[in-house]
Amino acid sequence: MEQPLLELTDLRCERDERVLFEHLSLTVNAGDVVQIEGPNGSGKTSLLRILSTTSADYTGEILWQGAPVKSNRVDYLNQLLFVGHLPGVKKALTPRENLNWFCGLNQGHQRTSIENALDEVGLFGFEDVPCHHLSAGQLRRVALARLFLTPARVWILDEPFTAIDKQGVKNLERLMAEHAAGGGCVLLTTHQDMNLQRVRKVQLQDYRGALQ
Amino acid sequence: MTVFEQQQFATAAPQVPGVGAGFMATLRRDLLVAFRHRGEMANPIMFLLMVITMVPLGISPESAVLATLAPGMIWVVALLATLLSLDGLFRSDYEDGSLEQLLMSPQPLFFQVLAKVLVHWLVTGLPLTLMSPLMGVMLSLPAAGYWPLMGSLLLGTASLSLIGAIGAALTVALRKGGLLISLIIMPLYVPVLIFGSSAVGSAIDGFPMGGQMAILGAFLALAVILAPLAAAGALRISVNG
Repeated sequence: MEQPLLELTDLRCERDERVLFEHLSLTVNAGDVVQIEGPNGSGKTSLLRILSTTSADYTGEILWQGAPVKSNRVDYLNQLLFVGHLPGVKKALTPRENLNWFCGLNQGHQRTSIENALDEVGLFGFEDVPCHHLSAGQLRRVALARLFLTPARVWILDEPFTAIDKQGVKNLERLMAEHAAGGGCVLLTTHQDMNLQRVRKVQLQDYRGALQ
Repeated sequence: MTVFEQQQFATAAPQVPGVGAGFMATLRRDLLVAFRHRGEMANPIMFLLMVITMVPLGISPESAVLATLAPGMIWVVALLATLLSLDGLFRSDYEDGSLEQLLMSPQPLFFQVLAKVLVHWLVTGLPLTLMSPLMGVMLSLPAAGYWPLMGSLLLGTASLSLIGAIGAALTVALRKGGLLISLIIMPLYVPVLIFGSSAVGSAIDGFPMGGQMAILGAFLALAVILAPLAAAGALRISVNG
């Protein structure tokens, strides 16, 4: 039996005296694509932020390959890629310079050249255009080009399809499927229907705390 | 679509990246951003020049009066110019999400903060120091004061940037952090100001200024070690909220 990549046990998150979710237990194995569902304000982003270690407002335990994330932080972060609501792209810089920074921070985390990655997300020819000249969708694509660069095993994507056109969504879905097939895992939130087989859905509402 | 082969994750986890490479990446990126916003870079210098130009007009053009004011005046204005530029240190990174990426990169936050503060100093403190002899001339600073002024500013502005980073990190998530930064940081700036301007004053009066310079150096050494640590902790708290 292979060890699960991520194990959440009895997770509970409270915000402004409102319980977003409690008793949330989830096991994510290699090859899983997990879609977290729930209406606006149900705590999807909070959960992803907890999993990306930027938020510590929770009780319960998160295990990364059997060891607590809190004591294996660097190890875990080294295997994590997070694309959030905010693209994390500097508008004053070109896509190439932005990705250069990303590759520098995660040195050795480069599966393909930056040109290739930008080509894959359909930004061929925009490598050296300052990002404030790009549209919202193109900015998003610069952020998503990281998916092609990183060898991280865990992908956490918060609304990755926002502002992306249909063809782009299709490409992304294929990329996620490939990533999962290669032994990685994807956790994402989206309000769109996914055309992927083997998507596991987690309804955050099922873990809603009792009404106060 | 498959430009790269399916990788086997189980065999080799990626190596934890080097600290030096991460430091250089952030340094290079922030310098580039600063270079693209050249106009904003000139703000502290313009502020300094304007205030120093007003002083003879507002107080007295007499060089004896100006000479006594000069060391303190230049130091106060340099301090305020640094304070004004602090708000943006982490703000833009916070707003576009790169701060999040920084926090969850497998890099020690200490060196990332240090890189950002170094860039801040290179675009504010260093130009202020290099411009200070010109301010000295405008306020008829006695000849003995020029080198001490530059030396004390060189050490002092670096401490100011470092200490200021703590305030900037604490207030990054607040929409109106400007005033709060000043309140948090001012008390910590006072010792730097006192020893900085008194070093110049002593040199002009013909006394040794080694003591004050040594203390400024000690402040800087302490700030290099402690300020990024405090700022990194503050950033984690701010982004958490």
